[in-house]
Amino acid sequence: MTAALEIRGLHKSFGALAVTRDVNLTLERGARHALIGPNGAGKTTLVNLITGVLQPSAGHVLLEGEDITRLPQARRTRRGIARTFQINQLFRGLTVLENVYLAVAERTGACNQLWRPAGAERAVIEEALAHLDSLRLADDALRLVRELPYGRLRLVEIAIALALRPKVLLLDEPAAGVPSSESHLILDVIAGLDPDIAILIIEHDMDVVFRVAKRITVLVQGAVLTDGTPAEIVADERVRAVYLGEEAHHG
Amino acid sequence: MSLNLNTIISILFDGLAYAMFLFIVSVGLSVTMGLMGFVNLAHGAFAMAGGYLVLTLTRSWGVPFLPSLVIVFLVVGAVSVIFERTLYARLYRATELDQVLLTIGLAFMAIAGFTYFYGPSPQSIRLPSYLTGQIEGGFRSFPTYRVFIIAVGVVLIAALWYVFERTNIGAKIRAAVDNRRMAQSIGIDVDRLFTLTFGIGSGLAALGGGLAIQLVGLSPSFALIYLVFFLLVVAVGGLGSFKGTLVAALILGIFDTAGKYLYADAGGFFIYAIAMAILLIRPAGLYGRE
Amino acid sequence: MAVSDASLAPAHARAVTWLTTRHHWRWAEALPWLIAIAAYFVFPDRMTFGSQVLIMVLFALSLDLILGYAGIVTLGQAAFFGLGAYTVGLLSARLGYGEPISGLFAAAAVAAVAGFLSGLVLLRYRGLALLVLTLSTTILLQEVGNLFKDFTGGYDGIPGITIWPLFGVFDYDLYGHTNYIYCGVVLFVLFYVVRRIVYSPFGEALAGIRENVNRMHAIGSPVRWRLVIVYTIAAAISGVSGALFTQTNAYATLGVFDFDRSAGVMIILILGGTGRLYGAFAGGVIYMLLEDYLSKASPEFWQFGIGFVLVLVVLFARRGLFGLVEDFGGRLRKPKP
Repeated sequence: MTAALEIRGLHKSFGALAVTRDVNLTLERGARHALIGPNGAGKTTLVNLITGVLQPSAGHVLLEGEDITRLPQARRTRRGIARTFQINQLFRGLTVLENVYLAVAERTGACNQLWRPAGAERAVIEEALAHLDSLRLADDALRLVRELPYGRLRLVEIAIALALRPKVLLLDEPAAGVPSSESHLILDVIAGLDPDIAILIIEHDMDVVFRVAKRITVLVQGAVLTDGTPAEIVADERVRAVYLGEEAHHG
Repeated sequence: MSLNLNTIISILFDGLAYAMFLFIVSVGLSVTMGLMGFVNLAHGAFAMAGGYLVLTLTRSWGVPFLPSLVIVFLVVGAVSVIFERTLYARLYRATELDQVLLTIGLAFMAIAGFTYFYGPSPQSIRLPSYLTGQIEGGFRSFPTYRVFIIAVGVVLIAALWYVFERTNIGAKIRAAVDNRRMAQSIGIDVDRLFTLTFGIGSGLAALGGGLAIQLVGLSPSFALIYLVFFLLVVAVGGLGSFKGTLVAALILGIFDTAGKYLYADAGGFFIYAIAMAILLIRPAGLYGRE
Repeated sequence: MAVSDASLAPAHARAVTWLTTRHHWRWAEALPWLIAIAAYFVFPDRMTFGSQVLIMVLFALSLDLILGYAGIVTLGQAAFFGLGAYTVGLLSARLGYGEPISGLFAAAAVAAVAGFLSGLVLLRYRGLALLVLTLSTTILLQEVGNLFKDFTGGYDGIPGITIWPLFGVFDYDLYGHTNYIYCGVVLFVLFYVVRRIVYSPFGEALAGIRENVNRMHAIGSPVRWRLVIVYTIAAAISGVSGALFTQTNAYATLGVFDFDRSAGVMIILILGGTGRLYGAFAGGVIYMLLEDYLSKASPEFWQFGIGFVLVLVVLFARRGLFGLVEDFGGRLRKPKP
């Protein structure tokens, strides 16, 4: 069976600086895969390469067997890849409802409608509200994004990604900066996601990683150090030295 | 006009003089835009102010031409710093549209002001006798004034090159243009640097304006008509690039002159057509980044 | 995960109500139209001026689509105004065709084609490159017009324009009453079109592009196509305003392509407030009144005055008249227990 997402020999250099080195990664359907590594390892760069924000210097990205390496970002999204950003990328001057509405409307093609009012798209509105419900954002639906506290903004990021009904979901530190009272909500949402969606999650919080991930890839200085099940990673001396060792220092 | 050797030499020579003028005025604009990302559409007005100031100095106050060029460089440079500190600095974080509008507003005020004091007609000055006439160049003669402009241009290019490539300040400017945040984090005071480059750039614009009086003429509409050309040079050369401004000024200056020589009616086209062609291929300019 | 109407929580109901009634006409929206109608009766001898105000409002409206809603900064909207003006002018002077309504359609078509083609090429760019490219395109059009001055009349203007009576019946009186009503109706029709676009899902996407274009790419939006479409529509409307200009003045020169016109329409939007549909109205009226009043003293006085107002607005009233009104309204609402 074809993997949901496959990365072959992905390489990216900026001049003499190689930020992604010969990375191979496979996400099966329904994967729950975590990407960890020290700061500056190139995790977000990898996500940018997968989603098309950056073009690789070499290598291929395959979505359900199809080579999408040459496709621009928007086309890849329409084929089924969605991501959240490490630093919120939201429509700050619009309401939460509009933020999610846009994602749904772009997906269904409703945004090609120039004449009928946005309010006439009942199906889009209903779906947007449903996504807000799943992230307990319904009460904030009419609030402007720029007025919301940071933790809620992370939830809006996720709501937008989910509204795209992706086949592959890339979560870039979804719980970062979210107070612990609300981060369990994010975990519940991830746990409750459609089992067919392949999920790649970048995280620093090891609790989150071990709760969510069935496989872990460790990225160091742009190259894959190792990958395996959580148990294997925890037991791996090299990983401890490079990454978990940082945790020990920070206590 | 037919394309014989004499015509080609005339085109190159006049084009070079015109290019020097474009460079002298535009280099300040390019560096300040590259440094702070600030769109200053009042730059043409600074050049115009320089021209009118030279006019007043030489005509009404009897100051000789060369010293008056130096004086306007200093005076307009200093005044521009006042503008920068009081007005421009408030909009560094603002949108490009805001900067465009503020500086257009200032340009309008300047143009109206100068029209009021000097009238709308083109002005001219009397050059000192040693700058008039022709210089013998062997097989043909060249207008002395244009030779002078080229000479001034070469001297300024050399001086600026030295500052940019060989001095500490130049290195700091290049670093800040390249990556402002990184430059700040290693202790470069980018704000002060910007004020300095802005002042010098505006002063140079004024000097260029003074030179322009007997090259292309001076009237209040100068500020906007030539602003377009300065913007073309900066865009084609690439923001913040000394070399880019020079190359762009040469290309655009010579092509414009060629166009006007060879196709009198349609001559105005060339500079726009060339600039657009280059920008369409390289939107960041010849030596621009990203 | 469908939620039926009957079980909608109050939050849902509020959200649905807001989004589904957002586009309804509000009573306050009748105000600008009532003022326009009242002006007809209160200032019957200023109707030629009135037509020009309406034309500038229409022009500003077209720019608001790209500037206020999509967030693109260009300096070349006068290109489309000029193309519309010259389409009508040359149809009349060179082909003897002066029917006004079809002239508007012709102008819109020409401007739309120009907008589509230039948009395809230019909307890849932003910032200084876009400013310079749009400015250059407009100047080039002006130069082309001057090059073929035998055909276009050059800077002296198109000679011999005659506009046929509206519907073959309404002739143009010396005081411009017919023209005023004509411009008013055209403005209303096109305003209605712009209003529908702004409240549509497409209009929502434009707002998204303005707010965060990176996010739009990331949700799969074909951003460039959206921009080309809105640019084409805005160009067509600009073309109509240019056509009205020629029709009401029975005259047009290459000055229609002047930078002053592109700058002027941008100033109108800043004065009134961008992205607010009615900002064009408020700004247009203020700008034209200022110009009328100040240039009586001298053209320099006007230029200085508008430059000064512009600087003040950018520094202190950035969101224009409507922004000030909103701020004021906000302050009125604040002191509630």
